[in-house]
Amino acid sequence: MSAFANAASAEWVKLRSVRSTAVTLSVFAALALGFGWLIGGSVEDAFYNGDTLSATFMGLLVAQLVLVTFAVSSVGSEYSTGTIKAALAAVPSRGRLFAAKMAAVGAAVAAAVLPVELAAFAIVQSRAGAGAVPWTAWETVESLLGGWISMTLLCVFAAAIAVMTRSTVWTLAILLPILFLSGQGLGNLDPIRPVVQYFPDQVGMVVMHMTIPGDPQFGRDYGAWTGIAILVAWTAAALAGGWFAMRRRDA
Amino acid sequence: MIEVSNLTKRYRGGTAVDDLTFTVEPGRVTGFLGPNGAGKSTTIRLILGLDRPTSGSAMIGGRPYGSIERPLTAVGALLEAGDLHPTRTVREHLRWLARSNGIGERRIGEVLEATGMSGAARKRAKTLSLGMKQRLGVAAALLGDPGVLVLDEPVNGLDPEGVVWIRTLMKRMAAEGRTVLVSSHLMAEMALTAEHLIVIGRGRLLADVPTEAFVASHSGASLEEAFMRLTSESVEFRAGGAR
Repeated sequence: MSAFANAASAEWVKLRSVRSTAVTLSVFAALALGFGWLIGGSVEDAFYNGDTLSATFMGLLVAQLVLVTFAVSSVGSEYSTGTIKAALAAVPSRGRLFAAKMAAVGAAVAAAVLPVELAAFAIVQSRAGAGAVPWTAWETVESLLGGWISMTLLCVFAAAIAVMTRSTVWTLAILLPILFLSGQGLGNLDPIRPVVQYFPDQVGMVVMHMTIPGDPQFGRDYGAWTGIAILVAWTAAALAGGWFAMRRRDA
Repeated sequence: MIEVSNLTKRYRGGTAVDDLTFTVEPGRVTGFLGPNGAGKSTTIRLILGLDRPTSGSAMIGGRPYGSIERPLTAVGALLEAGDLHPTRTVREHLRWLARSNGIGERRIGEVLEATGMSGAARKRAKTLSLGMKQRLGVAAALLGDPGVLVLDEPVNGLDPEGVVWIRTLMKRMAAEGRTVLVSSHLMAEMALTAEHLIVIGRGRLLADVPTEAFVASHSGASLEEAFMRLTSESVEFRAGGAR
């Protein structure tokens, strides 16, 4: 196996072998499916207007917070427990270790999100009765695919930030309020929307079918695939920062 | 062989390692001594490429640590034994290390056996005693069957049986032709284990001599007394009355 494959395989063992991985990913699944069940019962209400995709992603947007916590703590715990020293002694190439870590976190999140997202959508659909939409409609495929990609990217983004701060607490303290609480509220305020609408969580909402272009209050200036491109840019910037931080600093 | 040449590490607050030059030869146990804050751990971190030197170099077998492919097969290191994820088991800790360097699964069983940790393989790190964590640290260091061993305070927390075990292990490793560098502040232990001593104080080299010669040159005093005399100028922290 190549040196990178060895490093990535080691990172995968690390993720798998700590209890918090199973706990956080289970909580993510339980939240997403539970919300799907609850919200699925009210798809006919005015708020969702029979839109099963919106109802699905409402739950996933909340559950996403747990997913981000998983991604951040998987990096942060390496620093808080001191295992980063053993990791750097085993894989002295900083760039290789960083790439392996990001790849493992991204793969774990991607593997967790896809089945949960599909199951949540299936639950909402089964509860929607006549409101159910065809699985093969392009809008359905596009939204589910977009949701999968954007949640994975957001977690890699958060994990890369954690490499820069080297702390679970600091990363969550920065990311949760800015990106997930104020962002979702503040993104609707006209004076700051032109800027805030490009924050990663806002982009995620567009990609995940939570806003429709042209909506006077929730509408954004870009569509789903442009949104994914914006998220890729955010993630790339965070990866560059994390890579730089890891190369520059002492362990 | 470990070659440290003009190694210097400065931090914003001061100098931790100051123009240090020494060689650790294979085939014998080399003790690395110095008072607290002398720069032992920083030197070891520099040797392992964890910190970057301000100037100078540390080479292992003629190469900087960072350029060694599959470094665990060349150098085994025990740093802080407590640096473990609390909910990861002993076996899984060794497994990720093994995977990172392409070391086979079978070797995990062997080092568990060699360190007396086979019975604890499924224990989570948070349930281990300090002595067991030290044994796990030694198991991790032996994983790649390396020619160079660097052990930072390996006897901390070990019971008498463990102390004898690690002493025997280090001597056997050296007798097999490996390079063994062991830091400690337990003089009596070093007198029994190390054939050669490197003593530093305030980041500078104070002595690089065979243990016997070191003791003899201080008029036959015990190693402890010889050490105290040599380092008396470079002790940074001392209880009030001793000054």
